[in-house]
This record gives sequence, C-alpha cells and structure tokens, in this order.
Amino acid sequence: MTRDLLTGNAAAAWGARLAEVDYVPAYPITPQTEIIETLARWISDGQLAARMVTLDSEHSMLTAAGAAAATGARVFTATSSQGLVYGFEMLYTIAGWRVPLVLVNVARALAAPITLEPDHNDVLAARDSGFLQLHAETCQEVMDSILMAYRLAEHPDVLLPVLVNLDGFYLSFTREPVDLPAAEAVRAFLPPYEPAHARLSASHAMAQGVAVLGGSAYTFFKYQMQRASEAALSVHDTIAAEFRERFGRGYGAVEGFQLDDAEYVIVMSNSFSTTGKGEVERLRARGEKVGLLRLRLLRPFPHELIARLLAGRRAVAVIDQNISVGKGGILFAEIASALYGRGGPPLRSVIGGLGGRRFRSVEFDQILAALRDAELNGGSPEPWLLFSESEHRQMLDMLRTAHGERAESGS
Amino acid sequence: MNTRREIYKSIKEVPREEFLAGGTGLCAGCGGLLALRLFHKALGPNVVFVNAAGCMTLLAVFPFTPFHSSWLYTAMASAPAGAQGVRDALDVLIAKGKLAKTDDLNVVVVSGDGAANGIGLQSTLGAVFRGLDFYYFCYDNEAFANTGFQMSPASPLASRTATTPAGTPTRKENLFELWRAQQPAFVATVSPAYPLDLMDKVARAGRLSGPKMFISLSSCPPGWGIEPADSVEVARLAVDTGVWPLKEAHGGEVIHTVVPHRRHPVEEYLRPQARYRHLFEPVRQEPVLQQLQTDVDDYWARVAR
Repeated sequence: MTRDLLTGNAAAAWGARLAEVDYVPAYPITPQTEIIETLARWISDGQLAARMVTLDSEHSMLTAAGAAAATGARVFTATSSQGLVYGFEMLYTIAGWRVPLVLVNVARALAAPITLEPDHNDVLAARDSGFLQLHAETCQEVMDSILMAYRLAEHPDVLLPVLVNLDGFYLSFTREPVDLPAAEAVRAFLPPYEPAHARLSASHAMAQGVAVLGGSAYTFFKYQMQRASEAALSVHDTIAAEFRERFGRGYGAVEGFQLDDAEYVIVMSNSFSTTGKGEVERLRARGEKVGLLRLRLLRPFPHELIARLLAGRRAVAVIDQNISVGKGGILFAEIASALYGRGGPPLRSVIGGLGGRRFRSVEFDQILAALRDAELNGGSPEPWLLFSESEHRQMLDMLRTAHGERAESGS
Repeated sequence: MNTRREIYKSIKEVPREEFLAGGTGLCAGCGGLLALRLFHKALGPNVVFVNAAGCMTLLAVFPFTPFHSSWLYTAMASAPAGAQGVRDALDVLIAKGKLAKTDDLNVVVVSGDGAANGIGLQSTLGAVFRGLDFYYFCYDNEAFANTGFQMSPASPLASRTATTPAGTPTRKENLFELWRAQQPAFVATVSPAYPLDLMDKVARAGRLSGPKMFISLSSCPPGWGIEPADSVEVARLAVDTGVWPLKEAHGGEVIHTVVPHRRHPVEEYLRPQARYRHLFEPVRQEPVLQQLQTDVDDYWARVAR
C-alpha cells in the first residue's frame, strides 16, 4: 500500500486502474477530462492493459461502453453534466441490458446558463435509469467506491451498472491523501470479471437487447431490475464489510456524523457534506445538538435505514444541491417518502449549492432556526432557496455596470 | 452488363445453409430481409448484428430470434458505436487470452436508411474515421418505413411518403459518396434482385480490414405500394432503369459492377409503385417525369466519361 496526494479525478483513474479494466471508451468534458488523460497515459506507458478509444459523443461513448460490457469485457468510462444528459438514452438501455458497467460522473450544473461548477441535477436526472448510484465525499471514497462498484455491478444478484458521482472542481481538482492498495490486495477483493449472463462469442451465440411486444413482457423485465436493485442494498453492505476487513475503511449506504445524540439533523450528500460537517462541529461547540446524515447510496434508496436513523429527531432539514424546477429539492421528496407514515420528524427543504454556490456559516444558523420552527409548528413549507441580499445586490450591480459601459460606448 | 465476380459466379454456388430462419414478423416481400439473408450467407455463421431502431428491430422479439448468430439492439443513433464496443471488447479479450481466437465474430451494423443517412450519421462517420473493422448493412427502403413510411434523407425526389403527400421535394442523400469521401475499406450498393453481385461483394470485402458498407435498395411492398410478389421485380427494375446503380469503391475509384447496356425508361420502374402514382394520375406530371429521367441520364453520362 502507498499513500499519495491525489485529485478526485486521479483517484477515479486509480480506481479504474486497480480494477484492471479491459476497455475505456472516452469523450472529453470539463471537469472530467483529467480522468481519461490519466488513463490514456497509463495505457500508453503499458501500466494498464486496457484499450481506450475516443468516440464521437457521449451517446456513442456510452453505447460502446455498454456494448463492450455486453460482449464480456470489464469496462470503465466517465463523463459529466452535458455529457451525461447527451448520452441519457443509453443509461436506460445499458441498465436494461443488465451489464456491469461502472460510469463515473463528475458533477457539474446543467445549462442553461452554461457553467462549470457542480450541483447534482446531472447525476440525479439519471436516478430512474436503473444505474445504481454511489456518491462520494472524498478522493479516497472515490477510488474505494469504484472498486466496490465493480463488485456490486458484477454480483449475480445485482447485474446492474453503477454510477459513481464526485463533485466537479470541489473534489475533481482537490488533492487529498489517498491510500492506494497493492494490486494483489485489490485482485483478492475484486477478481477478474467472468461474465456468466451476457457475452458474445462464436461458440456462444446470444441475442441481447431484443424487443418485447406488450406490457406484460416489458413489465417482466422492469420488475426484475427493481428486484435486483433492491437486492443491491444488502449486497452493498456485505461488500462494504469485506472491504473494511481488507482495507480498513468502511462505508455504509449512508454516513452519520455526530448523529447518535443529535436532536436536529441536516441531510446532505457529496463533497459539500464536508462543509456541512464543519458547520455541525461549529454548532456543537455552541452546545447545539446537531448532526449530519450524508447520503451515499442513492440507488437503491435505503428507505428503511434512513427512516430508522431519522426516527425520534426533533426536526430534519434536507439540503438539496439540485432543483426540480416547479417542485423543489429532489432528495427532500425522497427523504419525505422514506419517512411517510412512520410518525417521523417534521421536515424542512433547503436548496443551495447550485452551480457550485458556496454555503455560508450564517445559513446553517438560519437552517437550525428553521428546524426549531419546524419542531414547534410542523407543516411542510415551500422549499427555501438560499440566496443572500448581498448576492442579489452584486448581480444588480453587475448588470448596472454592463448597462453603463454599453451607454458609454454609445452602442 | 459487365460483372467482376470472383467468388460467386453461379447461383449454384450460393450456400444452401440458412443462418436467418423464416417466419419473422417482417412484411411479406421485404426486399431488405432478402438482401440480409444473402448477406448473411456470404458472411457465414460467426456474426454479431448490432442493430439500430428500424424494421429489422422486429426480427428479434422476446423470446425468439431468427438468427443462428448473435444480436444486440442498441439505439437508433449509435449502432456503429455499439459495433465499436463489441469489436474492441472481442479484440481485448482475445489479446488477453480470455477468449479463443476461434471465438471471434464479424461485427455487422444493421440499420435502415433513417438511421444510416440521418440520426446515426455522426456515430457512423466516427466509426469510419477510426477505421473500425466492421460491416454495415443498410436496408434502404427510402423512408422511415417501420413507423409508417415517413420521409427520410434517402427518400427520392417526387416519391410520396406519409409526410410528403405531394411528393418529396428533395433529392436522395448520397450515402455512398458520404462514405467514399472517408476512403473506407469497401463501400458498395447492392440489390436483392442481384444476389450474385451482392454476395460476391460481401465475400471480396471480407478480405479487407476496416469499415465495409453495403447499401441495399430494399423494395418495400407496404411503403412503395407494390405487391409482395413483385418486390424482386421492382428491385430489378431499379437497376435495369439505371435508378439504382450497382457499384463499389475501395481505395477511391468507383467501379460499376452491373451496367445495364440498354437502360429501360425510368417510367417502367416508377409506374408499378403507388408512391409515384401521383405522377401519372389524375394528370401526367410530364416535367417531373422528365426531371427524374434526366437525373438518371446525367448520372450515367458522368459515369461514362
């Protein structure tokens, strides 16, 4: 084992390298590109015995990735944001093929307006596709999740592709110490892929992805996917336990931070959870009994576990770094459904961190105040969209400046 | 009529083995299916078809497939990218010793003209640009036939489709030349009415590594408005009138493999088809008919130069 300072992107590349993948179809997009650049270098140097090909689009990239997995290869690919939604059709297709592809998404907010920094509208748009989803907070977790993702995807009770998410910029370009296990240790955890169900060869003719006629046949296959995804909950826990035994790092479907005695809980995901944890510590130092629940396994959604962990709290705030326009926070709705009918705590929905917007400490003070209000008054108010007076003034100032310059230039 | 056939010189040489069973859900008299059957005979059994959405998608319907070979339905836009993934995976698995060399497959994209000429063109040109070693079989029935015969970029001038009821206002996109511009290993037009020409091209192309395209004019009884029994005859008229030139290119030069020595009038091809009926009834559209004949004459005049 060695320890190195790696960016989130480099950690993702290391995950693919240690998984000894056979094939990497690629297409560049910021902020994912460092992953494929790193893999290209290793393949060129002979450090990774894989084939890499640059396709003409993410739609083609995902098609090639799924088709190679359907042929029997272990396949890795990565994209981000516009790329993920450009290839969106193939997410459903590949999941329906039941092939164990691992796809990394480096989260980035979706156009328009076109931008570079992260939120989770890209990855959460894929939540209904059948891909399992693991959301990572740290660079170490990125690498570990990729290794676990192959075990999960290739498990005979699962056989669904896995999407591993990391936040663009905040994690993709941040260096953190990462323990890199030895290749033999990883091989013992993740043996070479031996496809039993989906493969193509002259001695094994197979029709894959065939059409169905009628709702019964379609439903037959979709329900199998649902059952397989449900099975992935316990498979994940088994794999996570083995991972902890071998490598000393454990991951649950969710992570609790200062949760045991917490009266008020904030639910977050991905790299901004690090900010949330810092705020929890600050509030704890003030004597507030606040904790944080970080969502990691988003598909399958661990309803029971979440309901158990949130039961008996005074109030819970879900911070969504996404916006379902016209509805509100996507994860809020999912948490609310997990708690429904169980007499759970009152909830508040907060939307923040869109397009990489940073959270401010004062906002966590306000969230705590809102939780106290929820405890007293219950109800389920409209989603609270974080945006400060000063930010708003800044936007108006920028517009005034632009108008002023236009007037000066006489155009 | 000149022929350059090397492998299939007589109909007796066509293998009796069938790799594509009958009884599929496709329309009676489908010219595309006949061409695919011949194509498969020439290619042999070790094939994986990578399919884009279209008529042929209805060949493999759960839990049946008419193929002795393999099949992977992908999506309408990206079958060539699927072929890339399959080809690369086979190569990598063979190189790593995970798959025996004898387990190798010929990778074949099968799509209609809607995918080949339109939505799938980006992934197609990508695969050709990368020099992917694959076959592309395009059954060109000159419309989105599977969805009820709407206009595609391959619909010919003046032909009626469900979305061009007064006749298609544009000329047929030149897919052959789009391919040839990138100098693929092989690009050819074929016809189900000329089985030896079709099979000989496939067999000769099989000696070459790289992208190999076969565009088959595919007579379509419901879309063209012809009797299933006349399907082959109409496909033959397309060649004999010069409307559908049978040709190939490898390494740049275009070679016409079947040259009708005395071309029949184009009208003989148009008349039997309901999609051209508006050119004859209720009043004869002389300028349009003239234009269609002139287009064909001009083509062959260029070829003869």
